[in-house]
Amino acid sequence: MTPAVSGQLINLFAAIMLLLGFAMLSQRRIITLINLFMLQGIVLSLSTLVVAQSTGQTHLLWSAALTFVLKVIVLPYILHRLIRKLSIKWDVETLINIPTTMLAGIALVVIAFNVAQPISQLSGTITRATIGIALACVLLAFLMMITRSKAVPQVIAFLAMENGLFFAATSATYGMPMVVELGIALDVLVGMVILGVFFFQIREQFDSLDIRQMEKVHEE
Amino acid sequence: MIELAFVLATPFASGLILALIGHWRGAAEINSAGSLITLLAACVLTARVVSEGPMTLFDEQFFVDPLNVFLITLTALVGFTTSLFSRPYMRVEHEHGRLTIGRLRLYHSMFQMFMGTMLIALSTNNLGVLWVAMEAATLTTVLLVALYRTPASLEAAWKYFILCGVGIAQALFGTILLYFAAERVLGHEGGALLWTHLDAVKTQLEPTVLSLAFVFLLVGYGTKTGLVPLHNWLPDAHAEGPTPVSAVLSGLLLNVALYAIIRCKVLVDGALPTHFAGNLMMGFGLLSVVVAAFYLARQKDVKRLFGYSSIEHMGLITFAFGMGGPVANFAGLLHMTVHSLTKSAIFFAVGHAAQKAGTQVIDDIRGLLKHSPTIGWGMMLGSLAILGMPPFGVFTSEFLILTTAIKHYPWATPFLLVALGVAFAAIFGKVQGMVFGEPNVADLPHRPALIPVFVHLGLVLMLGLWIPPYLADWYRQAARLIG
Repeated sequence: MTPAVSGQLINLFAAIMLLLGFAMLSQRRIITLINLFMLQGIVLSLSTLVVAQSTGQTHLLWSAALTFVLKVIVLPYILHRLIRKLSIKWDVETLINIPTTMLAGIALVVIAFNVAQPISQLSGTITRATIGIALACVLLAFLMMITRSKAVPQVIAFLAMENGLFFAATSATYGMPMVVELGIALDVLVGMVILGVFFFQIREQFDSLDIRQMEKVHEE
Repeated sequence: MIELAFVLATPFASGLILALIGHWRGAAEINSAGSLITLLAACVLTARVVSEGPMTLFDEQFFVDPLNVFLITLTALVGFTTSLFSRPYMRVEHEHGRLTIGRLRLYHSMFQMFMGTMLIALSTNNLGVLWVAMEAATLTTVLLVALYRTPASLEAAWKYFILCGVGIAQALFGTILLYFAAERVLGHEGGALLWTHLDAVKTQLEPTVLSLAFVFLLVGYGTKTGLVPLHNWLPDAHAEGPTPVSAVLSGLLLNVALYAIIRCKVLVDGALPTHFAGNLMMGFGLLSVVVAAFYLARQKDVKRLFGYSSIEHMGLITFAFGMGGPVANFAGLLHMTVHSLTKSAIFFAVGHAAQKAGTQVIDDIRGLLKHSPTIGWGMMLGSLAILGMPPFGVFTSEFLILTTAIKHYPWATPFLLVALGVAFAAIFGKVQGMVFGEPNVADLPHRPALIPVFVHLGLVLMLGLWIPPYLADWYRQAARLIG
């Protein structure tokens, strides 16, 4: 693959990442949300693979494999199991209606590109434009987290934010050192397991996974 | 080398053992023994660093210098005393029926794991591993905050997880940006996330990237430090978790997060000609001090009260490091030490007081002094110490911070003085009500462990009157490192 082709490919993947970010923001059904998250994982590992191939960084191959196993297989599996066991309803409630959220999302993308511009200019890597997109993905996930009222979509948003960060790491810097990536992956996995346990307890105590109900508890 | 291995391996080994043995009665003793071994190893490590100077260990992955070795020892010390305190405390909780045997097992095991993650965060040379360890520290404590499984504790733990998770994701972005800047100088093979390497080339790092990275790092680790406006999780987590957990959260975890900020500030200061990092920290610090002081007056729950007091003190320390310079840094380090000792002592006393009264509501705790003078005095003296009364050590550090502020940033002094005054009125008034008056508290089935309270207060008193020369020397070295 010539550098030009791989550069184009990565830019394509970056665009898909951003699209998926918007798709998640507008999605109402929780199963589709998990599938979108899985797609994001696939795109992430593919783009890591392309960067690895074009730069000859072998540790990125491991990183791509790790991303694939964790984000395309393990985490979606855990999430699917969780919602089956908790028999969560299909619809996701949002606190702000979806068109407004999308407009806010567009504003965030503009901000992200502005913030990232000085950095993109410095980047010597083949993928200089992608850091803005990665930041935009992080901010979109953040917005999703704020606007969702149920616990499971909030967690998916949290994981999507992590995807954006990984994308920033691979596209701007050719990946972090392996020990760090392993550590981050481990943290994410442990966090997911803990949250799984947590969901059941929240459900036991509140009869629902609606975060708004929890907040009533503490008002004095 | 062997000392550090012991410091890091003991907590994880004890955590595993405690997870495996479970129901056995001696779990609390194993917990204390593990903490004691960690403390002893930390003391030996300190002695080595004092005599031989900074060193990197295990293929440069770990790094010990005067700045972190003092925090390692402090962490190990407070961890040990907390484990002593938690022995009777957790037994009482168990007998009151608030905790099952299984939960106790979870508590003991996670307590050790939590200590382990903090010690890794303090001693690692790799900024990426520092991030991983901070996140792991959050994960271990989420379960501890939710230990009672009450609706309020679950809510607190959820808030803690989500806020700190989001916050720490910002810190990861900051770390990535830092790596991005470093990689251009060091190359991707050369350990571009190792702090010692970064420190060596910090003047060549790209200033625009580093200032952006610092904003993300400060917001990220600042969430964990409890800086306003990212402090929302802190009072809830402190109030709803078991008291030993509140003591280590307040006394240790906040320090570790602040340590991460300081390490990053050193790099940013080297790369930028301006006082950008310091100004940001001063702003966040001052805001935290003022906002927390005014929140103090409204608190009804005694553990929330002292949670807000922790925010105030963290703000003060952040402000001190933001000012920079040898005196302010010295004061900041001293304040970190005395705050961590005093606050954990207060939580020990508060924990037993709340058990005796059967509630954490301030208005329902009365007459501690008459019923159990040691707890009453512990709480009274601890509160006076934390409020900065002489001759305790907090007075010394606050005095140094205030005088430096008067000299270099006079505009900040009125804010600080007003905040300290408001905090004094709020805390003293409430503590007075709890300590004096006719008792309404009951006896406990186990003798409370109050030696840790007075050991801590004794140390704080000593630091107020006389700082041992080697300790002062050590603070000075660390203060010079921060710059």
